[in-house]
Amino acid sequence: MFQIFNTFLIGVTAGSIYALMAISMVLVWRSTRVVNFAQAGMALLSTYFGYEVIHQVGSYWLALPIAMISGAIVAAVIELVFMRLLLKHSSQGAIASIAPIIATLGLLGLIKSMIGYFWGNQDVSIESPLSNVGFTLGTQTLALSPMKLFILIVVSILVIALTFVFQRTNLGLALRASAYAPEISRLAGIKVDLVRTFGWAVAGAAGGAAGMLQTANGNGALSPDSLEFSLLLAFGFISAVIGGLDSLLGAVLGALLLGLVLAFVLTYIGGSLVFITAFVLLLVVLLIRPAGIISQRAGRRA
Amino acid sequence: MTLNVSNLTVHHGAICAINQVSIQVQTGSLAAIIGSNGAGKTTLLRTLSGLNHPTHGEITWNGQSIIGIKPEMLVRKGISHVSEGKSVIPELTVQENLEIGALWRRNKKEMNASRNSVVDIFPRLGERFSQRADTLSGGERQMLALGRSLMSKPELLLLDEPSLGLAPLVVAQIFQSIRDLTTSMGITVLLVEQNAMGALKIADVGIVLNLGSVAVTGDASALIDDPQVRTAYLGY
Repeated sequence: MFQIFNTFLIGVTAGSIYALMAISMVLVWRSTRVVNFAQAGMALLSTYFGYEVIHQVGSYWLALPIAMISGAIVAAVIELVFMRLLLKHSSQGAIASIAPIIATLGLLGLIKSMIGYFWGNQDVSIESPLSNVGFTLGTQTLALSPMKLFILIVVSILVIALTFVFQRTNLGLALRASAYAPEISRLAGIKVDLVRTFGWAVAGAAGGAAGMLQTANGNGALSPDSLEFSLLLAFGFISAVIGGLDSLLGAVLGALLLGLVLAFVLTYIGGSLVFITAFVLLLVVLLIRPAGIISQRAGRRA
Repeated sequence: MTLNVSNLTVHHGAICAINQVSIQVQTGSLAAIIGSNGAGKTTLLRTLSGLNHPTHGEITWNGQSIIGIKPEMLVRKGISHVSEGKSVIPELTVQENLEIGALWRRNKKEMNASRNSVVDIFPRLGERFSQRADTLSGGERQMLALGRSLMSKPELLLLDEPSLGLAPLVVAQIFQSIRDLTTSMGITVLLVEQNAMGALKIADVGIVLNLGSVAVTGDASALIDDPQVRTAYLGY
């Protein structure tokens, strides 16, 4: 019984970090209709900025917001100077649907090599600012440490804040309208291009937070070829797809579901099956319900 | 204060959709553009609202050239375009669909005031306020699209086939509402329609487009009686 509870905790914590990554994929997909594989690189770069702050100032608490802000700036710049040009020039012909995807893969490679150039290819490390030793309950040790609790709180705050902005503010309304119907939104007077850049910036910030939290939650190692970040991208993408790729709520639920499934596989079946399970889950969802398990009902169009 | 289009030519790739079109719409009047499929009606509207770009020619509004201005900026100059096919966002509620038309003004008070006056014009929208737009009937969607456009307090309305796919009774209602916008609110309207008879009946001026050029133009009532227009476009 206690083991089930601990497994649940591990799953929710891991899932909450996937949720941030999934949110950033969804935000970019909704605004630009591009699956952004460079998201892993962007998150990695923001985490390196965070590492630099820790290295210079020694404070993880300062590094986390700075990683998020730099993630937002990097993403906004990529959208402004790179994606706009790309989508303008590749909007016609056979290349139109795949050029942006290949381009984000290229961007991923570029960012990784630039990180290697500036910070070197060997591991650097970010130490967890809080204890990663679980709280004790009587004689039992919980799979919930101060660090994991912190992660859960940060992710909850970010998700609640994002939901509030999306559902309750005019900016959120502009973001949703632009995502659903860019042309109608432009005719209504919304500066869709600007809104799109903002969407990318929020995605970049979420990616930065995911990178900082994941690194501190794991072994703390950071390198341009970090397996951890490739997995973060893969799991974030799988979560987003489970959630239907279009819905923020779907992304969060998809991520929690994935986190739980993987945690239970890890505890009860074996670590070697975790990756297989994740990708089988992705394929099953794509084959059986490509619109996502938690997708919204589609509207009657026109 | 007029809309002045002179020698406008628009291409879609190699195809010439609009060829040397010149029209004038007086402020406070309702002009109907009629013509068969492929006559260039929609392209003309999309060019006026900045969605399409002309090859050459000039468009002025209130004496100012508006070529090259983006659609979202033209809204700020009083030009509002309701595109073809009940242009509402199905995933958003009626209230949200209305509000996106006034977001650019960044003024909550004005937004609420506009919303109340739109609901006065279309009480049905008030009844459906918090429903998603995809639960509306075709006629209600067209009202919503018009209402969203009115939220920006337009001086010039560009309407693309508001009657499309609606039942005859509903078409009559929508046309009456459009006529009222000009008569009682003084909004200049450029109405593109396949339903030529219905459009000419409410319009002050009629413009017949044929294969991208202006074929006939004149008083709407005169066009209805014109034997050539009758046989070619009104079908009797």
